[in-house]
Amino acid sequence: MPPAQQKSTARAPAKAEVKSGKVGKTNSAFPGEPADRLRDYYRQMQLIRRFEERTAEMYQRAKIGGYCHLNLGEEATVVGTMAAMAPHDYLFTTYREHGYAIARGIEPRRVMAELFGRTTGVSHGWGGSMHLYDVEKRLLGGYAIVGGQIPPATGAALAIAYKGPGGPDSEAVVCQLGDATTNIGAWHESLNLAAIWKLPIVFLIVNNHLGMGTTVERASGEPDLYKRGCAFRMPGVRVDGNDVVASRDAMSEALRLAREERQPSIVEATSWRLRGHSVVDPASYRTKEEVQRLHDLDALSAYRKKLLAAGVFDADQMAAIDAAVETEVNACIEFADESPHPSPDQLFAHAYATPVANAPHELPGDPLHVL
Amino acid sequence: MAVITYRQALNETLRSELLRDPNVFLMGEEIGIFEGSYKITAGLLAEFGPERVRDTPISEEGFVGAAIGAAMLGLRPVVEIMTINFSIVAMDQIVNHAAKIHTMFGGQSTVPMVIRTPGGGGQQLAATHSQNLEVWYAHVPGLKVVMPSTPADAKGLLAASIRDNDPVMFIEHLALYNTKGEVPDGDYVLEIGQAAVSKAGTDITIVSYSRMAAVALDVARRLEEDEGISAEVIDLRSLRPLDRATILQSVRKTGKAVVLEEDWLSYGVGAEIAATIQEGAFDYLDAPVRRVAAAEIPLPYAKPLELAALPDATALVKVIHETLDATRFRG
Repeated sequence: MPPAQQKSTARAPAKAEVKSGKVGKTNSAFPGEPADRLRDYYRQMQLIRRFEERTAEMYQRAKIGGYCHLNLGEEATVVGTMAAMAPHDYLFTTYREHGYAIARGIEPRRVMAELFGRTTGVSHGWGGSMHLYDVEKRLLGGYAIVGGQIPPATGAALAIAYKGPGGPDSEAVVCQLGDATTNIGAWHESLNLAAIWKLPIVFLIVNNHLGMGTTVERASGEPDLYKRGCAFRMPGVRVDGNDVVASRDAMSEALRLAREERQPSIVEATSWRLRGHSVVDPASYRTKEEVQRLHDLDALSAYRKKLLAAGVFDADQMAAIDAAVETEVNACIEFADESPHPSPDQLFAHAYATPVANAPHELPGDPLHVL
Repeated sequence: MAVITYRQALNETLRSELLRDPNVFLMGEEIGIFEGSYKITAGLLAEFGPERVRDTPISEEGFVGAAIGAAMLGLRPVVEIMTINFSIVAMDQIVNHAAKIHTMFGGQSTVPMVIRTPGGGGQQLAATHSQNLEVWYAHVPGLKVVMPSTPADAKGLLAASIRDNDPVMFIEHLALYNTKGEVPDGDYVLEIGQAAVSKAGTDITIVSYSRMAAVALDVARRLEEDEGISAEVIDLRSLRPLDRATILQSVRKTGKAVVLEEDWLSYGVGAEIAATIQEGAFDYLDAPVRRVAAAEIPLPYAKPLELAALPDATALVKVIHETLDATRFRG
């Protein structure tokens, strides 16, 4: 079991502070946490779990096209970090973002409808699994070019800073990325910009230990990813992403730094991807022992056991939540399946935001419309 | 109407847009204290301060991407990339992000940003600093690409680009910065996507843009005066969208066309123009459409080599003569 939190301070990068997690016994397992909140975290985690499992099934049934990456195994990280965000904060994510959209408060059925490519989807059928977007909920995109979301997220933080000084009510940006993304240039450039301009942003690294099939150690000169901000005097913290409350608290503190002190920082949440890189990846690079170990580590099972042991809910109450989730996910699929497909006559509806002279709108085989 | 340089037109337009809209801000390498590599932003830091005239580190991918995010939140960044050659390191942000975000997310957000950058050869800057890469961007739906050739168009198109809600590649030319011309006073905004007929004529159409449009206009005037050839010159001004109607109208009248472009021949702007003409004016053509473009080689440093590689007035005149001769125009 890794310690719940490790810190890298900005000025003393070589010596990472290590804070041991305090895991209490049964009735004090969640000091200060209201039971209904803990149950709601469970409900969200279970919702994401079942949403993703059913998504895999819908993919196999060809209801969903393209690439499809699931948050299975990362539910605690997703729910915990999203719980720390305020409604007015902005979120930029990778292409493994179904759970983030749901935890951000977007109707799950609109997420499923997007996977189905329907007009009722969050991106109106234009984006698909990798490009979920909801301007109202301030999810400013899932991005499928690895690292591509980091400079725009940094720019969103620049816009916040441009509009006024920081404070407890200030907006902030969370830029979520995967472990392997910390090796791309956009990451380093963005960290530098955030540092010199003192931008209200948190870089949330979801370290599931594998970039597709490549381990962090094989890909990263400094595999302690929370230390990667040292070159920019940017503090970082590593948190056990299987611990929903610890994930939330680490993100809360990072967001406080961003809002009040305009101090950008890194949160590295360690978690484990239960399945392959995408729906079609059988993860044959994993040994049987590793698969068993992942099963044993599963955050959702662990959280469930802990809640039962702590008396936060009993087996019947848990079953009721699970049943409600099941009903909701079924309704998501039904809604998506019954929603209309976009009409081809809408192909150029979003070509430009400002109409422009001579904008092309020929379909393949059409004569030039000026003829 | 004042007669000012292309550089002054850009500088004054940036200033008036900064004054007009508090959401407009500039960012780029050395645009503040240094006042710009080509002094386009001279005086602006002193007037508007470092928040609105923001010096950046050498991180094109980072700051172009940051401009995208700022634009998504409602600001109107005007980014300077020191030369178009450096835009290549920001290509992911321009092509995969700026060009996609409005469409790919179902029209929920806009990306009202401008990337100003000069291209062009002829300054003995050798292969990596002399490229004409406009066609790379002109190929990409979601972008708007404008290339003014005169101080007046520089003003009118820059104002239009800054007020536009889509990402605009505003491509300047190093050799145009010191050129002078009349510029309308006051608020002057052109429409993106429209070509200009910079000289009317009846015998042959010359299609061009940016610095080559100035060369074409000069050649057309000389041919008229010296040889009585009436050439019509079309300055595209905008490569995306492309004003095909103006090109076709002209060629249907003249029956002959030559494209003058500074980019490389193969897959260049002229290829698109020629295809447009054969699709839309085939029956009107009296001769094949010819292209005068750069030699397909990384541009050399030594002056005689550089001159040999770049298109110029002499090459254009030769091709105009050949095209006219092909139709027995000159008897």
